[in-house]
Amino acid sequence: MHPSHHEIARRTFLGRTGLTIGAAALGTLLNTSSTRAATADKWPGVIQPTHHAPKAKRVIWLTMAGGPSHLETFDYKPELAKQHGQPMPESFTKGQQIAQLQGQKLNCFGPQLGFKKFGQSGQEICELFEQIGTVVDEMCIIRSMTTEAINHDPAHMFMNTGSQIAGRPSMGSWTTYGLGAETDDLPMFVVLTSLGKGGQNQPIAARQWSSGFLPSRFQGVHLRGKGDPVLYLSNPAGVSRDQQGDIVSAVKTLNGQLDSTLHDPEIATRIAQYEMAYQMQASVPELMNAASEPQSVLDLYGCQPGDGSFAANCLLARRLAERGVRFIQLYHKDWDHHGGVKAGVEQKAAEIDRACMALIRDLKQRDMLKDTLIVWAGEFGRTPMSQSGTGRDHHNKGFSIWMAGGGVKGGLSYGATDELGYAAIKDVVNVHDVHATMLHLLGIDHQRFSFKFQGLDAKLTGVEGARVLKEILA
Amino acid sequence: MKHIHFIVAIVALPTLASAADKLQFNRDIRPILADRCFACHGPDANHREADLRLDDRASAIESNAIVPGKLDESALVKRILSDNPKRIMPPPHANKPLSAEQKALLQRWIAEGAEYEGHWAYLPLNYALDIPHRSKMNPIDSLVLNHLTAKGLQPSPEADRRTLARRLSFDLLGLPPKVEDVEAFVNDKSPDAYKQYVERLLASPHYGERMAIAWLDAVRFADTIGYHSDNPRNVYPYRDYVIRAFNENKPFDQFTIEQLAGDLLPNATQEQKVASCFNRLLLTTEEGGAQAKDYEARMLGDRVRAVGTVWLGQTIGCCQCHDHKFDPLTTRDFYSMGAFFADVQEAAIGKREPGMLVPDKAQEAELTRLQAKVAELQQALDAPRPEWQSAQAAWEKSVLAAVQSSAWTTLKPTQATGEQGTRLQIEKSNALLVEARGVKPADVYTVTVTTAAQGITAIKLDALSTVVGQGPGRAADGSFVLNEISIVDEQKRSVKIAEVLTSSETPATPAAALIDGKRDKSNGWSPAPGLGVEASAVLILAEPFDDGKEHTLTIRIEQLAGADRTLGRFRLQATTAAKPADAPLVVLPPDDILAIIKQEPAKRNAAQQAKLATYFRNSSRETLVARQQLAEAKAAQTNFENSVPRCLIAVSLPTPRTVRILPRGNWMDDSGPIVQAALPAFLPQPQLAAGQKPTRLDLARWIVSPENPLTARVFVNRVWKQFFGVGLSKTLDDLGSQGETPVQPVLLDTLAYDFQSAGWNVKNLVRYIVNSKTYRQVSTASKEQIARDPENRDLARQSRFRLEAELVRDNALAISGLLVPKIGGPSVKPYQPEGYWENLNFPTRTYQADTGDNQYRRGLYTWWQRSFLHPSMLAFDAPSREECAADRSRSNIPQQALVLLNDPTYVEAARAFAGRIMRDGGTTVDARIDWAWRQALARPPRDDERRVVAEVFAKHHEQFAKDAVATDAFLKVGQNAPPSDISKTDLAAWTSVARVILNLHETITRN
Repeated sequence: MHPSHHEIARRTFLGRTGLTIGAAALGTLLNTSSTRAATADKWPGVIQPTHHAPKAKRVIWLTMAGGPSHLETFDYKPELAKQHGQPMPESFTKGQQIAQLQGQKLNCFGPQLGFKKFGQSGQEICELFEQIGTVVDEMCIIRSMTTEAINHDPAHMFMNTGSQIAGRPSMGSWTTYGLGAETDDLPMFVVLTSLGKGGQNQPIAARQWSSGFLPSRFQGVHLRGKGDPVLYLSNPAGVSRDQQGDIVSAVKTLNGQLDSTLHDPEIATRIAQYEMAYQMQASVPELMNAASEPQSVLDLYGCQPGDGSFAANCLLARRLAERGVRFIQLYHKDWDHHGGVKAGVEQKAAEIDRACMALIRDLKQRDMLKDTLIVWAGEFGRTPMSQSGTGRDHHNKGFSIWMAGGGVKGGLSYGATDELGYAAIKDVVNVHDVHATMLHLLGIDHQRFSFKFQGLDAKLTGVEGARVLKEILA
Repeated sequence: MKHIHFIVAIVALPTLASAADKLQFNRDIRPILADRCFACHGPDANHREADLRLDDRASAIESNAIVPGKLDESALVKRILSDNPKRIMPPPHANKPLSAEQKALLQRWIAEGAEYEGHWAYLPLNYALDIPHRSKMNPIDSLVLNHLTAKGLQPSPEADRRTLARRLSFDLLGLPPKVEDVEAFVNDKSPDAYKQYVERLLASPHYGERMAIAWLDAVRFADTIGYHSDNPRNVYPYRDYVIRAFNENKPFDQFTIEQLAGDLLPNATQEQKVASCFNRLLLTTEEGGAQAKDYEARMLGDRVRAVGTVWLGQTIGCCQCHDHKFDPLTTRDFYSMGAFFADVQEAAIGKREPGMLVPDKAQEAELTRLQAKVAELQQALDAPRPEWQSAQAAWEKSVLAAVQSSAWTTLKPTQATGEQGTRLQIEKSNALLVEARGVKPADVYTVTVTTAAQGITAIKLDALSTVVGQGPGRAADGSFVLNEISIVDEQKRSVKIAEVLTSSETPATPAAALIDGKRDKSNGWSPAPGLGVEASAVLILAEPFDDGKEHTLTIRIEQLAGADRTLGRFRLQATTAAKPADAPLVVLPPDDILAIIKQEPAKRNAAQQAKLATYFRNSSRETLVARQQLAEAKAAQTNFENSVPRCLIAVSLPTPRTVRILPRGNWMDDSGPIVQAALPAFLPQPQLAAGQKPTRLDLARWIVSPENPLTARVFVNRVWKQFFGVGLSKTLDDLGSQGETPVQPVLLDTLAYDFQSAGWNVKNLVRYIVNSKTYRQVSTASKEQIARDPENRDLARQSRFRLEAELVRDNALAISGLLVPKIGGPSVKPYQPEGYWENLNFPTRTYQADTGDNQYRRGLYTWWQRSFLHPSMLAFDAPSREECAADRSRSNIPQQALVLLNDPTYVEAARAFAGRIMRDGGTTVDARIDWAWRQALARPPRDDERRVVAEVFAKHHEQFAKDAVATDAFLKVGQNAPPSDISKTDLAAWTSVARVILNLHETITRN
């Protein structure tokens, strides 16, 4: 479908104005109704209509931070077990990036956990994922994932923004910039974080959900488990909601009086933003209050509301999805198993297995899985070589991710690594391909989705081109 | 005040192409070609299609794409007009179709002869030297008036003095004007009242703070390293340098040279070295597993992008992987530019060094004094002294006697562990090193030895130094406590110790305590304190071992008196002397010292003599007083140094790193050619002596040389934004072909020319701008005017825009009276929501908000944590400064409302403001509202405004009067105690009014 002349003119305008004009002013310039200020400011998205019919309306991205070992989770390598303890053939490793194993002897390290076939599709995954196993027919496992970075921080940046240089928008920012908001009392892009119990909780910088060169309104909002769920959400001590309302109302009236003489679109936007802030002060606590969920749902996820666990965040993700939040990103940390990969993955499996199953099942029951894309991915994988005899080092040549819902073919295994699980060799997928596929499912042609930055049409999928993974589309 | 020189008339009036004018390539055609064609038919040879270049006239003509004057023969025309999707250009898949208007323009241009121009920003400055008929005007006004006249527009009238006072105060100081200053200015009838007001502001020390903000964004100044652990580093003296440079009006060329290469200037001063910290402001990592080559490549890119952004306004970063698609920059240019920085000493990975000491005058004097004291005491210790020489001779004699007696044999440990986890290393010499890391406050060391010696009568423990002159214990004075020693044999049978002899003991810590069976931390043996003086304890066995068998003995050494009272290193020896009490007690020195002692004194060379003397003086009890004095002097120096600021600076390596072109930016690919430092080939080159290799200093000098047209344009354009809300070219970070051609190019070039040619005088540039009539216009406009020119590019009025993040804070603190206007110093920590740093690690950190004055400092001093920038700053678009940011967006988002409504900083400011309103604002509600309005907005309220807040006051007054608990809680927000002598209810209700005022759009807007 071709954009109308009006659309092109508007996109050109957006591209040119870029940084120097407030996002809110754009909203006004887009001729949206100003009868209800908050609605007027609800971001409509620049891709209107979408380039093609979307399959997914929203994304829930489960970031397994630290770099899960594919060899103990989704990529079974019997040959690696046979070679256990033998030197890693140099033909695999010569000239390749290596992190903490630099200059060390490289020995094969067999899978530390058993694998089992699950579901009608018979996908083979770690036997500890008994719950995930029950929904494996909804999942597409990609076993040929690759990335460019090999240290946590740049690798997260690359996975989130398609670039290792800071200052680029996160994929959640791109998505909301493109598709706009479905809710006007919650942020469009929400981030939740949880810690693992193993103590390998690598730091995660706020830049991972930064809007980069896109206007600030597209930055992810971190919903926190402790304190105010949104920063500065609570009224000052001693101030009632009514009194806060009085302040907001007086500000609105006075700003309105100013606007009547100045006609400055920023003032109308300011008024709308105060209304949205005031609404959020009520809607966010309501959202966070998962205690209203029936016991059966709490049992399904296996969590207590507000316990800060990954499972509780999965439940919150579903509540956010229901309320129209466009992009929900969860970080579950503690996957950095340089040592003790067996015990480590056992522990992580216990933390995520039921929650992942519950999220898929819950969305399915609500008929929302079909238009919610779930992605499970770390920032990289781990070496088939041993580190310190019990663990694995960072690895970027081949690892596994999975997707479910949102127009992805279930019960499918896609791509493969070599017999030792070192490099992706069949249907190799890179980060840009995943982004392109995600955008495709959302109805966006990644090649036609750009923002003028430093004179370039910057894209989430970069300058090198990317491939929509047609084979995994339902 | 320096005046612009106007000599010749060259005024180009930038108007849209009318039918009568000839088209201009840069204005009319280049934007189309650059956006639609250059990606495939431009400078990047690797992505060039059909070997066709449209950025180069000769190539375009040679390939018949363009035949000047002949539309029918020009392939370009055929292709852009084609109906065939396989033929049409740009191709449909590029998603960049040409509009009908653009197609028409291209045809007309070819018909008119297809003349090219170089890219405007690379051409020499095209300045207006004289403006006919208007020569008495400020050149800005002349040029803007020309522009407006050509477009049929009129300038707006001058704003009233209240507005101007507030505008100037925010633009020049970043602070609201004081009410009395506004009133004085309003009532000043002198003809140069405005100029004088400007001069007063320019002389304020807050001017430098205001000007620093944009610069600190551009150079990515931040308090932390950025990647992964995002740990702190010492850089704040650089920030203070920038503030001082603006305040002292340091010429911009000097400012530039000092930052890029201050360390390379002859006899570089402390200030110039601090300026060179610019070279260290990049992102660094401490992540385990980071690879040096990877980060070396990242750092090179980071530095090149910084020069590109800060001074050249070029997106040179693209060239890390490929030749630029739109600008004449190549990959070679990128790496050659990077090679200028290959001499900067900087570890690729790991923790940054503390940096250079940056003392002020008083601190420098104190440092000199302390250093002199250390030198003096060191000299005293080294100087010949007869009593020490004879003591040394006696000691040598006792050592020789001990060696000759062969009384003691070192026992070889087979195992040594601490029961509580302290780690012991067995050294080659069979001494035992107790690892400092993880040493436990109370532990029992078990050392197992196997010996076949017959008739062992005693075992000796030597407490040894790890470093000569230090130890043997971990206490500052070298002492330690052993609480109990026992021995068991291989059958776990206790080996009885009859008596203990020691080299030294104190009445409170006698040797006998070692075997009295009391396991109490205050009961043990210590030698008399003596830093570096080794000590021994001889355990005389009740019965010798003489059964003819090999024995495995385990010696248990109990240390219970705290980690700082443990031994650092020790050795176990045994003797078979019949009377062990008579065996020599001296601790034998290390082998190299022993070897010297064994030589006859006359045969020792000078080096050996010196070595031996140094050893003796550092380990002898005789020299203890002198050594203690020296140690104290050194400690005093170190302590003082720890109180002096430090700053990372550039230090030039004698051998620079090798820089190669990395194919496709791949740092693992070593196949690219090695490059030397060089300037981008497309720009005018510096003049260097033959064979001379250019340095950072040459780069810096070239950047501010008259041949380089970019620097002045870039800086002037950014300064312009500060005073009009948008640059003359609005792409502040890109003056390349994809950037925006200035709407008023001659205006930019004229200001840039004057700036460059008349001493790079920043204050003069600012003076010109703010004294212009253009600047002084009202910012109000009709709906039609706003619709026609929403961004105020024509300058037919002033602009109105929200204050920068830092200024939003400064404004509230200033209005409230809380602001502490101190200039410079370490970064400060305003209130921040608890747990905001929860995702930081290595180490985990808890944010500690500053107390006292530092809680109320200006926003630009906020601790800049790159990975988690302070959320109030972030909400108002302050950049994280991970990358150089030449421009800030100006968003309008709900988080801003939440900050102003609920951040304790603003609640406390409102309460402090309320206190001022009650104290100084008169007695009636109306009078107080009037007073408050003038404080915050520099104007009185209108009646309708007064009514709105009076209503809030009345309602909240009634509510707070009924709820003492809520009132108390509300008034407790923040660290600053509310005044106790006024009504709490009144204060709470006025705080509500103050909150309304601090939240107004007008309050955070400069107009």
